[in-house]
Amino acid sequence: MSTFHRSGDSYLATFSADEVRVLRRVADEIVALLTDSFDHGDPVVGRLFPDVYPDDPQDSAEYRRYTEGDLKTAKIDQAGAILAALPPRGGGTVRLDAEEAETWLRAINDVRLAMAVRLEITAGTDIEEELGQAVSADPASSRVFQLSVYAYLGYLQESLLQALIGHPANARWSEE
Amino acid sequence: MAAPQTAPVQTPDTREVPDSGRPWVTVVWDDPVNLMTYVTWVFQRVFGYSREKAEQLMLDVHHKGRAVVSSGARERMEHDAAQLHGYGLWATVDRS
Repeated sequence: MSTFHRSGDSYLATFSADEVRVLRRVADEIVALLTDSFDHGDPVVGRLFPDVYPDDPQDSAEYRRYTEGDLKTAKIDQAGAILAALPPRGGGTVRLDAEEAETWLRAINDVRLAMAVRLEITAGTDIEEELGQAVSADPASSRVFQLSVYAYLGYLQESLLQALIGHPANARWSEE
Repeated sequence: MAAPQTAPVQTPDTREVPDSGRPWVTVVWDDPVNLMTYVTWVFQRVFGYSREKAEQLMLDVHHKGRAVVSSGARERMEHDAAQLHGYGLWATVDRS
């Protein structure tokens, strides 16, 4: 499982062909979600574009009218930045500058948020435990794959963040 | 963090004057996905808060379920919420 590390002003990760395929797929899915299949009724869209006034649908709608276009464009561009940086085929090393690293952080976060809605991740969810149960139910299931990818993206995001802010992962995030 | 921060907007909110005179607030809600380190980093990045302050806010969100992360004119709070949505945080705007 690949993670990011810092080298000078760059943030590097060497991905296997499988990892590149997975990253391409999840980034493609976000782009599709925000373009052709954009649907306000989709709970994933609800999570990525939260109601800013939960008790006031009218004010929320007005806010949405002013901000949603820009936010959507930013999120599409973020996912696009992942696609643009990946090796065109097979595995390979991705090299990001600080700005690209931040863009990747936001993009990976969008993917994790979207996957968590689909996987029905809650505050009480223990990913390892969920994965164990899913494997015993059917090791070849889509849920096993999705949970594995979700867990992988959490490690990848954390490694990139730690590389960016320049200190080793502390123990705290394991509580989350 | 090296993030250049824009100066706080001093202009009063012209769209709506809060009847009580209280300012508006941006609230961040807990969610099961965002990593604690990421949330801390976002607070530093968006607001220019010290690591200590950002971490305390993150812990408030985590333990209390929500925290007020900024306060001021309504338009400024809407701007803050939009920024936080860009980072995938669950932010809302409310009267304080």
